[in-house]
Amino acid sequence: MMINSVTTPTIAPPEHFISVQGLCKSFAGLPLYEDFNLDLPNNQLVSIFGPNGCGKSTLINMISGLIPIDRGEIRIHGKPIRRAKIGYVFQNYRDSMFPWMSAYDNIAYPLRVKGMAEPECRDRVERLISTFNIRLDLKRYPYSFSGGQQQLVSILRALVADPEVLFLDEPFSALDFETTLFVRDKLQEIFMATSIPMLMVVHNLEEAVFLADTVLLLSKRPTHLVEAVPFTVPRPRTPDTLTSPEFIEVSRHCLEIFRQEMRK
Amino acid sequence: MTASSVRSSQNQVRRFPFAQVVDRLLPLVGVLVLFGVWWLIAVSGLINPVLLPTPIATLGTLITGMLTGTMLPDFFATVLRTFSAFLMAAVVGVPVGVALGSSEKLYRSMEFLIDFFRSTPASALIPLFILFFGVSDFSKIVIAAFSAFLLIVFNSAYGVINAKQSRILAAKVMGANRWRVFKDVLLLESLPQTFIGLRSGISISLVIVIVAEMFIGTDQGLGKRIIDAQQVLNVSDMYASILVTGILGYVLNMLFLILEKRFVHWSGK
Repeated sequence: MMINSVTTPTIAPPEHFISVQGLCKSFAGLPLYEDFNLDLPNNQLVSIFGPNGCGKSTLINMISGLIPIDRGEIRIHGKPIRRAKIGYVFQNYRDSMFPWMSAYDNIAYPLRVKGMAEPECRDRVERLISTFNIRLDLKRYPYSFSGGQQQLVSILRALVADPEVLFLDEPFSALDFETTLFVRDKLQEIFMATSIPMLMVVHNLEEAVFLADTVLLLSKRPTHLVEAVPFTVPRPRTPDTLTSPEFIEVSRHCLEIFRQEMRK
Repeated sequence: MTASSVRSSQNQVRRFPFAQVVDRLLPLVGVLVLFGVWWLIAVSGLINPVLLPTPIATLGTLITGMLTGTMLPDFFATVLRTFSAFLMAAVVGVPVGVALGSSEKLYRSMEFLIDFFRSTPASALIPLFILFFGVSDFSKIVIAAFSAFLLIVFNSAYGVINAKQSRILAAKVMGANRWRVFKDVLLLESLPQTFIGLRSGISISLVIVIVAEMFIGTDQGLGKRIIDAQQVLNVSDMYASILVTGILGYVLNMLFLILEKRFVHWSGK
């Protein structure tokens, strides 16, 4: 367990896929993060959980370079953000997919941006689709799919360019319960097959624990890391996992810390 | 017919297509009411028949006018002017609007100017345009193009400004540079709003062309035909010409709605 313990030198050891040092960020003069440190061990799926307004999404947006930081240093696999290959899955698939392109063109977009030749693009997309056994008519436009299928397409889009890390900002929050289960299973399948490290913001404790190797529990603002709780049940995790003693114990522990934080 | 309606009672089977037909014909009800009221007033003698011919006489004038050809050249002259004005406005307006919209500073510095001229009735500027361009055909087109241009610029700029931030971010995080964000996201994001601008643009073009034809004068054109018919009290021709103008405006609007549906298939989804 690593409780705010990092005071190591500036260059992250390679066993960390994300390393944050002395991060500061204020909004309208109010500090949200002050001297925030974080090291995430490689090959893990890490989820972030915390009270409303503590800046969970802001944190992954800063780490993925979408929002500028005031001070501090962020490294991905030891490299500055700009040199890292990242994939990002947005909360709202409806507002992040391009509705004027077919699902196929959406998935291939990151490759085309990189200037990859068309036959190679097609190869890559097709390999990705067959790896995860996805049966969708990708010639259709995104809006003609169900919510879960659309989110799956946007996950594929984030994966197609072989990212070194995948960020997911509340990937299930725009989905209903049934499709959440579907996308969650697919995500686990993807993680097991690719072992791309993932950092995921979730707003539901069960989801935070279920897929994760580590659950980061954040405090109210100014935000600090309260505890990084490990969850080590082997994959694949199934509906039975939800009733396993380990799951119940870790969930209980997380909830207790969360409620302690709310009382402060 | 669906399976469920086959299974239901005979009565319902017979009523179902009828109800559908009635549904389809609903938009015609208002038209029939208008013609009915018009006809009643015309035959009642309440209004001098010189001022108000019956709808049948008016439609007769319309059809013979269009078929025998005295109205057709006027019609085409107006259509040609409207489209020329619209094309000029669109070719300049869309790129300018998109450019303005992509830079907030640029847009804000031009916003007042656009809003001011958008609020100025274009017909008020006709004398000014006559000073510069004379009473030529070109003059009528330019003034219509000017008012359509303002609407198109404003809407295109607005479409770009209100592009979904999340889509722009998505493109950036996938490695798109500014040019690709512009070409792949901003331009397409603005398209639904641009089409609203184009549709309003063609409508205002028609309005201003008609006014200009009345005000500036011309050899051919529906505006001139309407005012001439009124001057010589050829009222059934006047009413027929007004109807033709209305039909033209309606068809242009429908045409752009159909184009919009085809090109912006994702709108509202």
